[in-house]
Amino acid sequence: MFDIAKIRADFPLLNETVNEQPLVYLDSAATSQKPQAVIDALARFYSHENANVHRGRHTLSENATRQYEHTRTLLADYFSVKANELVWTKGATESINLIANGLASRLKPGDKIAISAIEHHANIVPWQQLAKRTGAELIILPIEDDLVIDSVRCSEFIKLYQPKIVAVTHASNTLGNITDLAPIITACKAINAISVIDGAQAAMHLRPNLQEISCDFYVFSAHKMLGPTGLGGLYGRFELLNSLDVYQTGGEMIETVSLTQSTFRDAPGKFEAGTPNIAGVIAFSEAIKYLTSLDFQQMRQHEHTVFDYAIKQLSAIDGINIYSNQIHNIGNISFNYRDEHPFDLATLLDGFGVAVRSGHHCTQPIMSHLHIPGTVRASFALYNNKDDVDAFIDALKNSIELLD
Amino acid sequence: MNSTFEAVSKNIETAAGWQQKYRQIMLLGKQLPVMPEVLKVDDALVKGCESKVWLYIDFDHTENSLVLAGDSDTRIVKGLLALILALYNGLTPEQAAQINAYDEFERLGLISHLSPSRGNGIKAMVDKIQTMAEQNR
Repeated sequence: MFDIAKIRADFPLLNETVNEQPLVYLDSAATSQKPQAVIDALARFYSHENANVHRGRHTLSENATRQYEHTRTLLADYFSVKANELVWTKGATESINLIANGLASRLKPGDKIAISAIEHHANIVPWQQLAKRTGAELIILPIEDDLVIDSVRCSEFIKLYQPKIVAVTHASNTLGNITDLAPIITACKAINAISVIDGAQAAMHLRPNLQEISCDFYVFSAHKMLGPTGLGGLYGRFELLNSLDVYQTGGEMIETVSLTQSTFRDAPGKFEAGTPNIAGVIAFSEAIKYLTSLDFQQMRQHEHTVFDYAIKQLSAIDGINIYSNQIHNIGNISFNYRDEHPFDLATLLDGFGVAVRSGHHCTQPIMSHLHIPGTVRASFALYNNKDDVDAFIDALKNSIELLD
Repeated sequence: MNSTFEAVSKNIETAAGWQQKYRQIMLLGKQLPVMPEVLKVDDALVKGCESKVWLYIDFDHTENSLVLAGDSDTRIVKGLLALILALYNGLTPEQAAQINAYDEFERLGLISHLSPSRGNGIKAMVDKIQTMAEQNR
């Protein structure tokens, strides 16, 4: 069974007090907290194991290389893909930039790149820049009124406009809404469009089987999956991944170098120029082990229970407007209270020890669509429980009282 | 010290607990004179804020004093803005140079609002006002 008390005890930060109040951490969509095992692994690496990876003949280097590559294997199992299809980057943002840059040479003026209107800026701006550079055109996939990507209409849209690249999120960071990827991927395959899925939010909550999803690329951030900051990566179908133009060049990624010409390693090596985030990767293995030690169905069931409870409690407060989809959701709730500014509410909630986020959450197109300056976002993870919801709702009621 | 500021800050200083402090700040914001819409130009928009914050700064050469007006779409920032305006409005550049907004916010227990991570632009406003005062000394 899913032992929430035991799980909470594994995350030391949950015991902190903030503003003299016990912390209620509802900002996991921004970054997840880390289990003790990850924190220990970071300290252990620097205390006892620190050495650079690859090409080192000494014991420490070989050991570091083995652990570094072992994490890739663990993650490959997590995503049901092959280890050589996973590239380490510093985060989902860099991953999208790497893909966009790597595809530049195959776009010509007039080609289309399709994105949705609910994407994070990280899945908008790199494509805008790529379109500018190549003369390609950015087109926007249809969404439903409730801000869910309309997969059926999207597939018709893809058939009609024949984009070369389709980049959509697996789950919205602002709203938590989950995208039904299957019809979109099928439509992409039918016209040989390259599919790029932003998994920054979904990678932890949905434990996606990428072989089943069958997308071309999937990007993620380790720090949103219980891992350290400054690390992320991407999955790329090997043949396609290996054919991408390299993003950064330098050490580590080369095979041979002469003063006039160089050859590069095969993927993933050729996309990992310079000394990588070794400690981060090695500590991330503990995060993956932690996640996979939990039964996925039980974890999701728990997340659903807490989420449903939060939605129910929130909805009972007069004047609360919830923007998130209340059924297909990873656990992010965007809301406002009447026409109060989200900044005020988030500031007051912080006073009560409740950590939420306010603003446009790097999704300004969503805010324009809703005609609001921003939202308050409470985002939940596997370590949150109903007590967190109760404390949050209490604090929210008290904050509202201060505003009224 | 500016007497308006002393009057407005007194309620915050004596507020019991952080909730009452915020209540007083928001009350201050409510009492802030309405900023004429014509002054809400892009130039007056303080950049890098999560909320919309306008700060209009001018210098009255006849009176040798700072002329300030401002507004925000959030209650808390508007209240903090009201405090800043009370602190600096009508001062001569020499008087303004004597003011240390950081010390005042510290004294009122509001120093965290001047931290860059707050994203409320209060720090940017103080810097902008001080620069204007400096230029007219």
